[in-house]
Amino acid sequence: MNDTNQMNDIIKPGNIVYKRTDLMTDDILHYCPGCGHSTVHRIIAEIIDEEGIQSETIGISPVGCSVYLYNYIDIDCQEAAHGRAPALATAIKRLMPDKYVFTYQGDGDLAAIGTAETIHACNRGENILIVFINNGIYGMTGGQMAPTTIPGMKSSTSPYGRDVEMMGNLIKMTDIVATLPGTYFVTRQSVHSAVNVRRTKKAIRKAFHYQKLKKGTCFVEVVSNCPSNWKMTPVESNKWMEENMFPYYPLGDLKDPEKQQEK
Amino acid sequence: MTQEKELRLMKGNEAVAEAAIRAGADGYFGYPITPQSEILEYLMAAKPYETTGMVVLQAESEVAAINMVYGGAGCGKKVMTTSSSPGISLKQEGISYIAGAELPCLIVNVVRGGPGLGTIQPAQSDYFQAVKGGGHGDYHLIVLAPASVQEMADFVGLGFDLAFKYRNPVMILSDGAIGQMMEKVWLGPYKERSKDVPDWATTGKTPDRERNIITSLHLDSFSEERFNQKLIKKYEEIKSKEVRFEEFNCEDADYVLVAYGTSARVCQKSVQMARAEGLKVGLLRPVTLFPFPSKRISELSTRAKMILSVEMSSGQMVEDVLLAVNGKIPVYHYGRMGGIVTAPDEVVDFLKSKIGG
Repeated sequence: MNDTNQMNDIIKPGNIVYKRTDLMTDDILHYCPGCGHSTVHRIIAEIIDEEGIQSETIGISPVGCSVYLYNYIDIDCQEAAHGRAPALATAIKRLMPDKYVFTYQGDGDLAAIGTAETIHACNRGENILIVFINNGIYGMTGGQMAPTTIPGMKSSTSPYGRDVEMMGNLIKMTDIVATLPGTYFVTRQSVHSAVNVRRTKKAIRKAFHYQKLKKGTCFVEVVSNCPSNWKMTPVESNKWMEENMFPYYPLGDLKDPEKQQEK
Repeated sequence: MTQEKELRLMKGNEAVAEAAIRAGADGYFGYPITPQSEILEYLMAAKPYETTGMVVLQAESEVAAINMVYGGAGCGKKVMTTSSSPGISLKQEGISYIAGAELPCLIVNVVRGGPGLGTIQPAQSDYFQAVKGGGHGDYHLIVLAPASVQEMADFVGLGFDLAFKYRNPVMILSDGAIGQMMEKVWLGPYKERSKDVPDWATTGKTPDRERNIITSLHLDSFSEERFNQKLIKKYEEIKSKEVRFEEFNCEDADYVLVAYGTSARVCQKSVQMARAEGLKVGLLRPVTLFPFPSKRISELSTRAKMILSVEMSSGQMVEDVLLAVNGKIPVYHYGRMGGIVTAPDEVVDFLKSKIGG
């Protein structure tokens, strides 16, 4: 009894330094330990919560590991066919221009089967946010080569490493969409360290802000890991990502007009 | 904007476009393909986004267009797309997802001959694709078959009503002849776009309700089977309530023609020609192809001597006629392909050859 009283004395709003974001549901995340998806989900949930836009936001989940985004963030969501999320987002935003609309897509979804939908939504300058998780592999289907798999990287369909002569080059979608007049803010971030988590959160918050101002398409790539399919521990995977992925996918803003004005 | 009905001379394709504006459609997403490009052209010229607020967008592909329809339908909006056969094949993935997410929408197929790139001339060779599902998985569309420009217009409003009543995609299965020909058409008054928000629509989660999720994913086998059974129940209800057909001289008919759309117009003439020669011929025109008027065809087959299914295909609807007749009397198919519209006397000649045989 005395212990309970002591606990109640400690657990009070004034003492809380960290807690589960209100907009994350009670569902247990199905992601593997160390996977970046959970972190990016939380960042999005935190921003929607902090900005107070739950009732104005519609999310679109892809086909892939993050298909169940709608189970974890307490907002209205639609689940798209593989690669088609930007087409859904286009219609949702045009039919309800005052809502916030974002897609959440992996590299297979966005950079392979959904290349056309991605490029044309960006080129039309749809007022949406595209969050692009790039871990260089098809996660849910069990580790096949993705369009973003780096040269030499092993996967279940490039078991001897990606042979560029035979299998083609990797594709940098973020660099491509940055060249399109319809995109307003294009950036590449990561969530493998505390400082990078803060930068990614800042970027996604900025993208929501630009969407409110109807500036055009915002595109946030998050270079991420896949410990299970890379067959590494979470720590090893983050190190491997820094050493091998970042040279191909350097972090930073590719396009941010307001940043240029600040200079 | 006029509140009166209005008489206009229009192409079938134009009638679809004008009827969509008047029906209070919220959005149209299309991609050019012959013989239906007039629909997108008409809407772009009419600028309904300045009057009713209807969104009109030329998508980058048929695939994108049908997925825009998915997104819009998921918000509870009245949205539609139109295309012709090769484009409808591209839309099948999206149509399957729309059926799987139980979303209401309208799809118009102005059919041309195939397979493959085929021809741009009219055909009825997409019957199987339209009524048997079309994409992957266990599902059905509600399929309406217009036989005139008037019905091209009327079925837009009817299609939206049925789509929302059953939360199911509706297809208007037309063809290049009806899409391109001009006829008089009475257009209904302009309806305001609906402000109603269905309780399942994703419009932003408010504190007074749980979040809405539009998905067709049921990873658990028992959950997927339960969903399949729910769909079966819905289709049974549609079959019991929404069968539509027309009969022409069937009361005393020894020989019944079954034909829809353009072929039904041809067969109406065939009936007159055969009757002039003393043959008791009638016509049953299915207006809904799913649900199919199986019960009525079964009834007719208890007193007729023969049924002839006439379609501009190699014989697709005839399979549903055969199922309805269930062996009671002979059933034949006659039809031209490649974009050739069957001539009325060909039908009579074929019928007589079977009576003689």
